Amino acid sequence: MSSTIPLAVEFTGGLELLFSNQRKHQISVPSSDSKGAPSNVGYLVKWLCENLIKDPRKEMFVLDHSVRPGILVLINDADWELEGEDKYELQANDEIVFVSTLHGG
Amino acid sequence: MDSINGADAQVQRLRQHITATESQLRILKLQLQQAEQAAEAAEAARHLNGAYQGGLPADWRDEIFGVLHHDTPGSLAQDFGHNGEFGDAQIFARPTTEDVRQQRWPLASEEYKRYGRQMIMPEIGLHGQLRLKNAKVLIVGVGGLGCPAAAYLAGAGVGTLGLMDGDTVEVSNLHRQVAHSTARVGRLKVDSAVEYLRALNDSVNYRAHPSHLSPEKAIPIFEQYDLVLDCTDHPTSRYLISDACVLTGKPLVSASALKTEGQLIVLNSPPRLPGDVNGGPCYRCVFPKPPPAESVLSCGEGGILGPVVGVMGVLQALEAIKLLTAKPVPTGPGWSMDFTATKPSPPAEPTRPTMLMFSAYSTPQFRSVRLRSRRADCAVCSAQASITRQSLTSGSLDYVAFCGVTTPLNTLTPAARITATGFSRLPTDGSNILIDVRDETQYAICALRGSVNVPWTGNADTWLDQAIMSGGVAEHGDDGRDRYVVCRLGNDSQLAVKAAMDRIGDGRVKEIKGGFRAWREEVDPSWPDY
Ligand SMILES: [Zn+2]
Repeated sequence: MSSTIPLAVEFTGGLELLFSNQRKHQISVPSSDSKGAPSNVGYLVKWLCENLIKDPRKEMFVLDHSVRPGILVLINDADWELEGEDKYELQANDEIVFVSTLHGG
Repeated sequence: MDSINGADAQVQRLRQHITATESQLRILKLQLQQAEQAAEAAEAARHLNGAYQGGLPADWRDEIFGVLHHDTPGSLAQDFGHNGEFGDAQIFARPTTEDVRQQRWPLASEEYKRYGRQMIMPEIGLHGQLRLKNAKVLIVGVGGLGCPAAAYLAGAGVGTLGLMDGDTVEVSNLHRQVAHSTARVGRLKVDSAVEYLRALNDSVNYRAHPSHLSPEKAIPIFEQYDLVLDCTDHPTSRYLISDACVLTGKPLVSASALKTEGQLIVLNSPPRLPGDVNGGPCYRCVFPKPPPAESVLSCGEGGILGPVVGVMGVLQALEAIKLLTAKPVPTGPGWSMDFTATKPSPPAEPTRPTMLMFSAYSTPQFRSVRLRSRRADCAVCSAQASITRQSLTSGSLDYVAFCGVTTPLNTLTPAARITATGFSRLPTDGSNILIDVRDETQYAICALRGSVNVPWTGNADTWLDQAIMSGGVAEHGDDGRDRYVVCRLGNDSQLAVKAAMDRIGDGRVKEIKGGFRAWREEVDPSWPDY
């Protein structure tokens, strides 16, 4: 019941400003969600909003219950769309990176 | 005496004559020898010509002629049926086989010297150099990315380099936009860059497009090129450039940078018709929805480190060179040097679209991540695309509206605002407090004596807590002193004043209109203009 999954989470492209200006975080999330289903990336995003984000501007990270447009989610160095998006079930020591796209030039 | 003197003079004359004649004879012999050598060399060259057909090893001849006729890899001109349809195509007439046969070597001797260091690498070689020479590359945006990208592509001998930008050079560009110069501040960036590039390599055909890209212009201009580099700085242009690349069948090398980080993606590579799943993904496949306008930071707002954007521009040039010089994929087991037999293009090897991320202060600095392939419901590159050449050229697409705009803030009543001039006339007797909401770094560059620094955090509650903690705002509202809030340009200060008013109902808090920019313009011209 109380088992957790250790994860490496990273924020780049300016997103780190929302997370105490720290890029890399070692976290542990519950291995199953409130309904008892295995925790997936969708659950992780919600968990980050409730537990890790320090900046009140949550809308800069999540819009309409999903990661806001312009943020790429990478699961072990692959676009999450290659891995099932928010349905991807978290594995121990997965590396999840949230990248905000840059536009300057 | 006279006769003796006369004989002496005679001897003297004869000696002089002999010396002169001998000298002339030596010159004649030397000339004969040179003429004989030249005749021999000409004879040898005739033999060589016969043996090697123009100085090229026979094995290579077909390849070189093939390259000269071969469309630069990646161009879809033929699939799209527009090859030569546009008048501009004639401007870039490529050398014919006959032209080449008449020369002994396919490149001028100066070109072997200039490009030798890259030509001796198997990745480039003679064929690669010829491909570069025949290639036409368009760089959109001649700023921090475009300047280094253009320099390396011109240096490498790309035949035609198009530069597109409507901006003029500003002093604040010069720490990173290396093609411009102090003397050329105020000139069009495209003209400034062409001047720099001509000094670097005059044999490149430079084409200046001195305007910003618009949907109406994009397709006719992109069709004149083989490859496009997106070196712009806003989502609107990024979506437009990607759409135009898909619709004209051009591969796209896209990069961006901000602060200490950069990103690079090669898109629409290989370029294929919309609906062809073997084509590389486009910008919309990766980012179907634009980011909220308020999340987009420019280099002017967020800052940029010169070498960071420079690295990204140089990497764009590198990817462009790789694409332009790539050998066509062999179609079967019988790998041959015959590059003419590569049409129609073979099925692409499984493409692995990636994004390269650079972060100057992270370890490791570089990281390459796998991206998705073409999106089945992409608005431009899928079978059900809604964006077409017609919709682009007719101007019916509004990219600005698609990406959204941030409207200048004007949220306060006149009573809650004061001009910079008005503020400068207030007494400095401690009856008021100036709150500076810029971040610590900017505050440390320049600040007004006696001001309190409470950086705007983007959120009313957290900012107010900090303002109270630092003594900028009194905990229980009115303490008899007026508060004035200032920032760099006059946006954040409005938000902060609003936060203070909403929370503690303090009617004695005002913002300085136009921030420190107005302060410099109205009150103190020496205020640093950073
Ligand atoms: Zn697409």
